[in-house]
Amino acid sequence: MRFSVDIRGGETADILGGNLAVDILIAEDEPSILESLDFILRRAGWSIDSATDGEAVLEKVRRSRPRVLVLDVMLPKRSGFDVLKQLRSDVETKDLPVLILTAKGQQQDRRIAEELGADGFVTKPYSNAEVVGAVRQLLGEDDGPA
Amino acid sequence: MLSADFVIATAVAYVGLLFVLAYFGDRHTRANRSSFLRSPAVYTLSISVYCTSWTFYGAVGNAARGGLEFLTIYLGPTIVFVGWWFVLRKLVRIGRLQAITSIADLLSSRYGKSSRLAVLVTLIAVIGITPYIALQLKAITASIQAVAASAEGARGSLAGVDDGALAFGIAAGMALFTILFGTRNVDAKEQHHGVVAAIAFEAVVKLAALVAVGIFVTFGLGGGFEAVFRGAEAAGIAIYEDDPFGPRWVAMTVLSAAAIICLPRQFQITVVENSNEDHLRTAGWAFPAYLLLMCVFTLPIALYGMTVMPPGSNPDMFVLTLPLSAGQSGLALLAFIGGFSSATSMIIVASIALSIMVSNHIIMPIILRSSNVGQGDGQGVRRLLLLSRRISIGVILTLGFLYFSLTGDDALAPIGLISFAGVAQFLPAILAGLYWREASLRGAASGIFVGFVVWAWTMFMPSFETVSPWVYAVMQQGPWGIGFLRPENMLGLNGLDPLVHSVFWSLLLNTVVLVLGSLLSNQSALERIQAAAFVDVFRRRPFEHRGFVPGSATANDLYFVAERVLGESRAASLFEAAAEERGVEPALLEPTPEFIGRLERELAGSIGSASAHVMLSKVVAGGDVSLEEMMQMADETQQVIEYSQELEKTSAELRLTARKLEDANAQLRELDSQKDEFLSQVSHEVRTPMTSIRSFSEILMEPSDLNDSQRQRFITTIHQESLRLTKLLDEILDLSALERGERSWRNVPVDAEDALDRAVAVCDALLRQKGMRVEFGERAHVTMVEGDSDRLCQVFINLISNAVKYNDADDPVVQINSTVRSGQFVVDVADNGPGISKSDRKLIFEKFWRGVEGGGDQGGAGLGLAISRQIIARMNGSLELVQGSLPGACFRVRLPVVKQASQS
Repeated sequence: MRFSVDIRGGETADILGGNLAVDILIAEDEPSILESLDFILRRAGWSIDSATDGEAVLEKVRRSRPRVLVLDVMLPKRSGFDVLKQLRSDVETKDLPVLILTAKGQQQDRRIAEELGADGFVTKPYSNAEVVGAVRQLLGEDDGPA
Repeated sequence: MLSADFVIATAVAYVGLLFVLAYFGDRHTRANRSSFLRSPAVYTLSISVYCTSWTFYGAVGNAARGGLEFLTIYLGPTIVFVGWWFVLRKLVRIGRLQAITSIADLLSSRYGKSSRLAVLVTLIAVIGITPYIALQLKAITASIQAVAASAEGARGSLAGVDDGALAFGIAAGMALFTILFGTRNVDAKEQHHGVVAAIAFEAVVKLAALVAVGIFVTFGLGGGFEAVFRGAEAAGIAIYEDDPFGPRWVAMTVLSAAAIICLPRQFQITVVENSNEDHLRTAGWAFPAYLLLMCVFTLPIALYGMTVMPPGSNPDMFVLTLPLSAGQSGLALLAFIGGFSSATSMIIVASIALSIMVSNHIIMPIILRSSNVGQGDGQGVRRLLLLSRRISIGVILTLGFLYFSLTGDDALAPIGLISFAGVAQFLPAILAGLYWREASLRGAASGIFVGFVVWAWTMFMPSFETVSPWVYAVMQQGPWGIGFLRPENMLGLNGLDPLVHSVFWSLLLNTVVLVLGSLLSNQSALERIQAAAFVDVFRRRPFEHRGFVPGSATANDLYFVAERVLGESRAASLFEAAAEERGVEPALLEPTPEFIGRLERELAGSIGSASAHVMLSKVVAGGDVSLEEMMQMADETQQVIEYSQELEKTSAELRLTARKLEDANAQLRELDSQKDEFLSQVSHEVRTPMTSIRSFSEILMEPSDLNDSQRQRFITTIHQESLRLTKLLDEILDLSALERGERSWRNVPVDAEDALDRAVAVCDALLRQKGMRVEFGERAHVTMVEGDSDRLCQVFINLISNAVKYNDADDPVVQINSTVRSGQFVVDVADNGPGISKSDRKLIFEKFWRGVEGGGDQGGAGLGLAISRQIIARMNGSLELVQGSLPGACFRVRLPVVKQASQS
């Protein structure tokens, strides 16, 4: 079963073309979670791209140049931590703000995330406001659109 | 009318009879382990070797001279035997456990297997018993002379032969007889069943003879007990005048009690020849009863003899002379044979016992020290042993004869008492050895030596008073005129009976020196081991004395030694048995300390413990030294050894338990970490649908401008995720139940083919939705397997739906084959999907692993294959990933086919 994202008008080209910078790249392999994230972040006014496995994330970071990466830990092919490590070791991406999402929610994961240089950490199940607030903070738009 | 020639001929014939008895007795007991010759009755009768011609003839004489004093000779042994449970039982037990061969061996073994003590005891025993043997020679001589003097012409060929020559002839005959009798072979345990049989027979003969004479004299001649006593009173015989219950009475009772334990022949019969400890129980009452019968007529015979016989006749011979003078030749002959029996049994057993001591403790050690044991012909030591015993017997009887010719005492009883007092010197060392752990070699040896010297000075030497002017002078004035050293007046102790005097001083000094010597000296390690083995013989399990550490000794060396002593066949069987026990070839036998200990005991049975120890020490060089060092380091007492053995056992058990606990703990930790991992994954799997549910719920809760289709879509997602969550929890519970082992699970014969068909039918909708074809390859027909039909169907559904879910081919196909191959039902479910990458192949059956390539399925929690594998395992089958005919994955189920008992 494939999901379809309700895409608003002109932004479709950005995403499908993949050459334009986006506000947020969502890395999440669970379709329904991806759909909910896409919905709430898009509703908050940001442009969105998404990836469903670790390798695709690295590829899309290079291509879409997101301002913030929302990164799930349990990703196929390369785990979220693996991706984060890779990003931090690259000069071009070492300053990319990364918000880690995890369903494990254990102290261990939070510690690893901090050590690897994550900028935020949200545990599933999250409240929508929590994710939006965290992303907003990482975008430096504390007083931006609600 | 009896003549001397006739009685001598009778005696020779009687001896011949004894020899035949001994010969057949030997054969009988050898062939028959439960022979009546090993019965308590024979044992008890053989103990009555105690009753020699002293009691047969001498007791009457003693009664005539000293009244009731003669009873003490019976009283002491009676006390010891009635109280057999205290001393004799312990002696017999020790004798058996330690393979004791003689009283010298007993003392030597107890005091650290000391050869010197054995030599000392042997010498004292030989010297002490010499008067006793002389007593028997004297009694036989006197009895023959009594017959010879009974009538004119009775002398016969004895005419012109004096007492000395007659006694010499008797001694020589006895020596020959004993050599033939007692040294035919060397027995392992120094037991002589044949001799014991003959001795028992002699016991019956002498009792019968004495009772017959007693009845004849009392009732036939005297007219009953009362008449005899009244007659004696009328004749003015006042044998009751002396108060018998004085110091002499006590001294004699003590001596006779000591003698029944310490006399070499009594020790030989009671301890060494004992074949069963329980026999003591019978002997405990039967031997005193025998003694009672022996003494019941003593007083009447003595009184009647003194009443009717002419003054000056020898009361020692009343038993013989009363029937003779009454013209009862037959009864007189019986009396003679009875007396002869008493004397011969004593001489035989005493000289055998002494010869064993002399050869084991004096001759063998000398040979062992001066020559190499391992050389010479095969029977060397055995032959030497027999030869040395024969020579010893000759020497012992010669000594007896010499004593007989040199002393002049007429009465029998005083001579016997000299011997009793001599061997009584062993008593303190024996009792201390049995009951006092601290009694040491030095104490015992000095005590015995001092006691012996005092005895020799105060009792043995004075018996030469009448034949030696020098002895007479010493007795009157003391050596060099020193009065307080006079043999019968030591330290100015005057006015005592010489016997009491000697017994008092010798036993007192003996005991004092023993105690002081033991307190002032230290025991060696070996002494301590032996002391514990003796004193605590009933308290602990038999202590395996590990006297040797196998160093330089090889089985070969040991075999040579054993062969020399035990003979080839016994040595070979001993070694073969040991090799068999250990399961090796006799040639490869490793001499362990236990085996050397056993060998030592076997050798000790033939040559005494001290000699056996010396002999093995020569072969096992240095073994003893390291033992003693080890013992000293470990504070030496047996308790410590046993205690530490107990501790070692306990701590080994504790170590084992600790290891088990450690293993269990590690297992628990492993399970615990598995549980953590599982919970973490469950948590993840639960949180994932929860995330969607929460997020979409929040979106729906907020007032917003969602359109209807969006709203509908989000609600559908929430619903689906709720279902997923429920399914997840169901599967977790299902898997947990499968892993734990459901009690309700029952395997029954089911049709596997039918389950497969049902699974395909269930998946039909899913297949059509995906536009997927099912290709059936080969199909088995009705096939029965042991299992649960619904569960099996569940497995097939899982496999088919996996094939569907992860198949992204353009023309998706699932291929299903089922066959029966070598008793197994085999189902392959293959697809033409992407397959499973090499790195994932090991992981697919793990919990929570999910195929990611397809990525389309949201319903699974990654437990399907894990559950399927568990189900198939419960049916004794297997589920695995194999190389299939299609490019995608291929899962194979194998289940054992049920053999149908009856096929229609």
